Amino acid sequence: MVDERRKFILSIARSIGLASLGGLVWSAYVDEVTANKLILRPPGALKEEEFLATCIKCGMCVEACPFDTLLLASPGSNKPLGTPYFEPRDVPCYMCPDIPCVPVCPTGALNESSVTTDGELDINIADMGVAVIDDKNCIAFWGIQCDACYRACPLLDKAIYLEYEKNERTGKHAFLKPIVNSDFCTGCGLCERACVTEKAAIFVLPKEIALGAVGNHYIKGWDKKDESRLKDAESHITTTNLSKNSAVDTLNDMGGLLDDD
Amino acid sequence: MMTDLWKHYRFLILRRFTQSLLMFLYIGGNVWGWSLIQGNLSASMLFGVVPLNDPFAALQMFAAGAVITTNLFVGALIITIFYMLLGGRTFCSWVCPVNIITDAANFLRRKLHLNQVEKRQPASRNIRYWAIGLSLVLSYILGVTAFEFISPISITHRAIIFGIGLGWTAMLVIFLFDLFILKNGWCGHICPLGGFYGVVGKVGLIRVDHNEENCTACMKCKVVCPESQVLFMVSKESLQVLDGACTNCGRCVEVCDDDALNFSIRKLAREKKDENN
Repeated sequence: MVDERRKFILSIARSIGLASLGGLVWSAYVDEVTANKLILRPPGALKEEEFLATCIKCGMCVEACPFDTLLLASPGSNKPLGTPYFEPRDVPCYMCPDIPCVPVCPTGALNESSVTTDGELDINIADMGVAVIDDKNCIAFWGIQCDACYRACPLLDKAIYLEYEKNERTGKHAFLKPIVNSDFCTGCGLCERACVTEKAAIFVLPKEIALGAVGNHYIKGWDKKDESRLKDAESHITTTNLSKNSAVDTLNDMGGLLDDD
Repeated sequence: MMTDLWKHYRFLILRRFTQSLLMFLYIGGNVWGWSLIQGNLSASMLFGVVPLNDPFAALQMFAAGAVITTNLFVGALIITIFYMLLGGRTFCSWVCPVNIITDAANFLRRKLHLNQVEKRQPASRNIRYWAIGLSLVLSYILGVTAFEFISPISITHRAIIFGIGLGWTAMLVIFLFDLFILKNGWCGHICPLGGFYGVVGKVGLIRVDHNEENCTACMKCKVVCPESQVLFMVSKESLQVLDGACTNCGRCVEVCDDDALNFSIRKLAREKKDENN
């Protein structure tokens, strides 16, 4: 016979136990499905972490896109469920000047102010990703003339420019090597779409994946703007007390390591 | 014959109509660019100006630490007030597409007499309130809208509007779960969104009213009711169904041959009762 008190405590314990069980399975699942970092978001998207918290998965950006570029992740696509993304090799972002996908966002997950310059929408500052070139599989780097990506780039000569170099192998030709400038590249993927190789040798990756980060310690002394970061810098003079001990000769002093006797 | 059918299925037909009409309009919004209603059940735009947002999703976003925009807040408020007035979980039986799946499972359950094989219902209907709590706690911890990433409601709805992918598997899971594991399992026990609307709609105006004098205790209503505990008063007492879990689906009203169950407005019925006393 189980008394009422015990029954009560047991049922509470059972509920808490089941809730923890459910919570653990649930959070493990959510954590896995949101772990995909190789996903390209629409223009103006917040940083991935904030984006996942803010996107309500309504698909209004998808509906607003006139090129059917944007898709909503469906089960089986291995992407965070219900969130918008695009695959530039299939359909790139055509960088509409009025950016129809951004203002329709009800939650601000696509942030209008991040694609606005002087009060006007400006798709050229969009930050969807950055194009990366696999120079081993880019035929322009082989010396074959191809400027497909360069011509396709909506920010031609800014986001992709050509670097000319003498082709020593033939002695009479030039390399026309496409180079991406990540300061300007919006990650629209028109280059990836245009690339002529079987699997694109230029492709868009999220910036957090493709770009390094120098950190705060380095300053471009030749760059006025960067140098200005030093303006209000405080200097700390640190003194190190010199050791009174004599230096240790680590190279020549065998210090009894060899048996000379 | 036809009028008989209509009498016994009128609310079911109307519900399937509103459910399909909404889906059709949403599909039109996506595929043909209709501006009547765009988006989906998580967030939409009515006539291109009125925002409508899932208040439970908004709560999760708040818990996840997202900035709540005015648009989102207003849209969530409109929906909350709408269902507050309409009452109960009207969303569940008149709008939600998962309702069609679970109703189908429940129908098959009755036809196969599975209920006789498996009489005991091992799970509590309060699981959904735990699920609400978990949704918010996990949203806070993980920094993402936790329920929105598993919600079969939005998976189903998105699958219909934006293309299905493997979304049908989620639908099948719900169907099989309700058919073989737990009667009214998803909608009646687990779904935190349903639980949420149950809490919100507690004060709703449209309520089923039971008239005990007409009742012949045939219990057809309890057989079809997906939340049969809310009909505790049937054949015992003339009362309104005030439990928030009632989905206002109207199945009990239409199967009743004795005019003992009808839709009513909350306040009016109470006055009527006062007069009787």
